[in-house]
Amino acid sequence: MHYTKDHEWVRVEGDVATVGITQYAADQLGDVVFVETPEAGKAVTKGDGFAVVESVKAASDVYAPVSGEVVEGNGALADQPAIVNEDPTGNGWFAKIRVSDRSQLDGLMDQAAYDAYLASL
Amino acid sequence: MSSSMNTVGRPTAPTEVDPIHGFQSLTGGRGLLQDEPLIFEMDGWDKTGVDVPDADLDASDLGALVRRDPIGLPGLSEPETMRHYVRLSQKNHAIDLALYPLGSCTMKHNPRLNEKMARLPGFSDIHPLQPQSTVQGALALMDRLAHWLKTLTGMPAVALSPKAGAHGELCGLLAIHAAHDAKGDHARRVVLVPTSAHGTNPATAAFVGYSVREIAQTADGRVDLQDLKAKLGPDVAAIMVTNPNTCGLFERDIVEIARLTHEAGAYFYCDGANFNAIVGRVRPGDLGVDAMHINLHKTFSTPHGGGGPGAGPVVLSEALAPFAPTPWVVSHEDGFRLVEFEEGEAVQSFGRMNAFHGQMGMYVRALTYMMSHGSDGLRQVAEDAVLNANYIKARLSDVMSPAFPDGPCMHEALFDDRWLEGTGITTLDFAKAMIDEGFHPMTMYFPLVVHGAMLIEPTETESRIELDRFIEALRALAGAARAGEVDRFKGAPYLAPMRRLDETQAARQPRLSWKAREGSNLAAE
Repeated sequence: MHYTKDHEWVRVEGDVATVGITQYAADQLGDVVFVETPEAGKAVTKGDGFAVVESVKAASDVYAPVSGEVVEGNGALADQPAIVNEDPTGNGWFAKIRVSDRSQLDGLMDQAAYDAYLASL
Repeated sequence: MSSSMNTVGRPTAPTEVDPIHGFQSLTGGRGLLQDEPLIFEMDGWDKTGVDVPDADLDASDLGALVRRDPIGLPGLSEPETMRHYVRLSQKNHAIDLALYPLGSCTMKHNPRLNEKMARLPGFSDIHPLQPQSTVQGALALMDRLAHWLKTLTGMPAVALSPKAGAHGELCGLLAIHAAHDAKGDHARRVVLVPTSAHGTNPATAAFVGYSVREIAQTADGRVDLQDLKAKLGPDVAAIMVTNPNTCGLFERDIVEIARLTHEAGAYFYCDGANFNAIVGRVRPGDLGVDAMHINLHKTFSTPHGGGGPGAGPVVLSEALAPFAPTPWVVSHEDGFRLVEFEEGEAVQSFGRMNAFHGQMGMYVRALTYMMSHGSDGLRQVAEDAVLNANYIKARLSDVMSPAFPDGPCMHEALFDDRWLEGTGITTLDFAKAMIDEGFHPMTMYFPLVVHGAMLIEPTETESRIELDRFIEALRALAGAARAGEVDRFKGAPYLAPMRRLDETQAARQPRLSWKAREGSNLAAE
């Protein structure tokens, strides 16, 4: 698993990256009440917003950790946004993205680096 | 019985009884306040409260579109309807009841003199379509108000018509867009906004079609100049900065921010929501601002929200003035007239934001406020607003944690939730407990850059005694939080008409319209 400073996680299988927000992000947001995930076929650029998450406290963009094309958005979150709080790194995934440039993964944090980053906040 | 009884047997002193713990009334009423149903659930479906004569119509042009079923509204009488709404209003909080410390909202007293002036028939009984020769007094008032706004801000032009702060932001960005267009510069697609901005800033930029780039904030709560320099470029149309900012701090590098912005060919939009902290002391025009909205319902004491419509006039620099929206008032030898069309002197105007000229009633109230205070009085408004906020900050800093402890704040005092750490109590719990103590909570969880933010804006209209009462209530609650009285907070509010609401459920499964319960005899018949 890889992580960004904006608290997204990435899990790569083959050339497809599954992307979501971390437990820390979910806890900070509080109860998630609305999620908008991208549709298949949409091109996303690393660093740009590709999904929206809204809680009772705040609304924020979810930034694409890698560039590529969306293979699938997690439509289940539209009806049950609570999944993001219950299982952020599992069923609460946001999108699967076909990675266009694997070297972009090198710039991301691994678990140890992310833990250290959280400790520094 | 004691002797406290008059000749017809009426007790004249209270009888001593042990207090009932967890007392509940039999009906849900509370101290002369009845439990209030929805108006749809009051008994009134089989009757009508008003006596309307039968309509004597020959034929209808609606054909098959004529309604066949009853419209289905409760048929309450005038006293029933009036009491329903008055009872609801008694459950509400208002600036006329007590201090309303919502940070960033500037809930100050609305002087009654403003109301008296706004009700003068020459202002209240006129119509925008009247010939201009018959409303010269109203036009003169708008001209006078424009003069005051331009003088107080040091700016050469003002658009009076925007109807609120966000509408003013839209006006400013449309003028900026028009100015870039006039120069043939179509490459500027980005608006820079600091992380602590009001949410309306990025929303306005997006609405105009710009994309938003965030500017980082320094550890002491101000715009990060290095980050600003890195993000300015030929694609940037404007920067939007609030000053004083939403952390209640003066952007001390504001002149440099303006210089860098202009050097990059962009315009400087200032969010003037917090102008009340600097009015009479700082002129935004001197700082290099190109456009700024002024919330008349904040700085100039016109009513907020349900109390009346907002008004958000926008002052404009020399560079943006030609693009101001129509209409505006000009004086000529015989009086005043409205410039209404995008021709002649208004040929570069970006157009019209309203059908008419804006909120006349608010203009009257705002000018009344200005003239009754005078320029020295307005200066004192800013001084007292800042003094009151610093008094609160100083008196609470030993029990709560100020987000930016170094130096004074401006018109609002910002605390974070570090001081609640380990108590199991959150900012939300603390705010709800304030309701039980008789105080409306402060703004919470805003600005987003401060964890568990509590933003308190007392305004200049609160007296020392009132501030002390508020401070003592917060100190008592802080003491209870430290003493581990968690239930006092987690269960709050205990005494409000409604207990804690489930915001999550309300947002996830909102019920936006009333439906009769299954099996209910309340149906639309």
